[in-house]
Amino acid sequence: MRITEHPIIKFKRGKKVTIYFEGKPIEAYEGESVAAALIAAGIYVFRYSPRHKRARGLFCAIGKCSSCLMEIDGKPNQMACMVRVRDGMRVRRQKGKGVLDGD
Amino acid sequence: MEIDLLVVGGGPAGLSAAITAAELDHSVIIVDENPRLGGQLIKQTHKFFGSESNYCGIRGIDIAEILENKVNKLGITKYLESTVIGIYEDGVAIASEEDLRVVHPKKIIIATGARENMLSFVNNDLPGVYGAGAVQTLVNVYGVLPGKRALMVGSGNIGLIVSYQLMQAGVEVVAILEALDHVGGYEVHAAKVRRLGIPILLRHTIKSAIGNDKVEAAVITKLDEHWQPIPGSERELKVDFICLAVGLSPSYELAAQAGAKIVYIPELGGWLPWHKPNLETSVPGLYVAGDAAGVEEAVSALLEGKIAAADASNSIKENKYAQKLIETTQKELQEFRAGKFGKKIVEGKRKLYASLHL
Repeated sequence: MRITEHPIIKFKRGKKVTIYFEGKPIEAYEGESVAAALIAAGIYVFRYSPRHKRARGLFCAIGKCSSCLMEIDGKPNQMACMVRVRDGMRVRRQKGKGVLDGD
Repeated sequence: MEIDLLVVGGGPAGLSAAITAAELDHSVIIVDENPRLGGQLIKQTHKFFGSESNYCGIRGIDIAEILENKVNKLGITKYLESTVIGIYEDGVAIASEEDLRVVHPKKIIIATGARENMLSFVNNDLPGVYGAGAVQTLVNVYGVLPGKRALMVGSGNIGLIVSYQLMQAGVEVVAILEALDHVGGYEVHAAKVRRLGIPILLRHTIKSAIGNDKVEAAVITKLDEHWQPIPGSERELKVDFICLAVGLSPSYELAAQAGAKIVYIPELGGWLPWHKPNLETSVPGLYVAGDAAGVEEAVSALLEGKIAAADASNSIKENKYAQKLIETTQKELQEFRAGKFGKKIVEGKRKLYASLHL
């Protein structure tokens, strides 16, 4: 969900881009984090934990906790809260430790 | 590259340090992992307290802009979306997506801030359980709502302010839980949320989060005077996200890597680099400032950054201006901490200075 009206803040959103979550196109804005774009699109599960396969999502949003690790453009263990969206970016839920493209 | 000062972290402490040093004619590099400077100020839409010289009555987001403009005007070198990955005897390594740089600063100020604390309860790792600061980032920086109905855990200033900001953004805050028998934050913030009709439940905590892959509800419980849950007092609240505002811990990792002595002071947020009143750590020439030197708030972070930079300046080359600046800023900091809420910090810093010979 995106805020359209706010009493104090004027949100200056960047250029509209498309990222692909598990192959599905999602609308995003330049300058925002992958995590913000996913949550705006109603996607909350970012990965499954290695041992107990528990769902994990965003927790700290400032690159401190590693709860939001995802596979981004073929690279695992990327913090979705710190990586900015790019047009055409491919984002996947990470399962366990993730896999490198070409593995 | 030879420079006088490297500042790690572009929040209030780091910005204030960089500006102070540049104004004292030093060459400065400031590094931050985000695409813009300001640290956590960029999500703080509320107005600040504190003395007039320290941006009293101005919103955090506007303070960030004022400081960023000063940095630009002073020609301070900025490395954004960059991380200091190590401080070594033969240089400091700074990495970004594109490259790896090595710089040789005479002095270093670590202003890496703090991270949010977790709380132990069933399903605390469920998506939809956020740190309160994370929610503030989503809502105030990106304009994205994590849900429609929230439960806030913790009634310190962050819990109160974020609750208020959630209501401003159109989210219903169902309740604010507080394990203590009194509200943790300033009464002025508590009054604001009460006026909006948000109940502050004292002597309450969260027992579990419920949901399959996402928070769908929370079970809360009353606590007795020994902090034990009272059987039969559990209640289920329908919420789609949970905010934890249960304190912060200093981000001391880089200081530890650099060899600084780390001490445990509960009043300051737990483990942190030992430091002198002028913020120098046990490693000569390495300073800490702001939340990394004890979790406090933005105003004291600004003041600590100023003191650290002035001390660094004075030890590069003794100068009266820096000495005077240290003296006046220490006095200001003392005044700022004189109130009821500064007591804990003053006590923590006292313990820290006393632990000199540990």
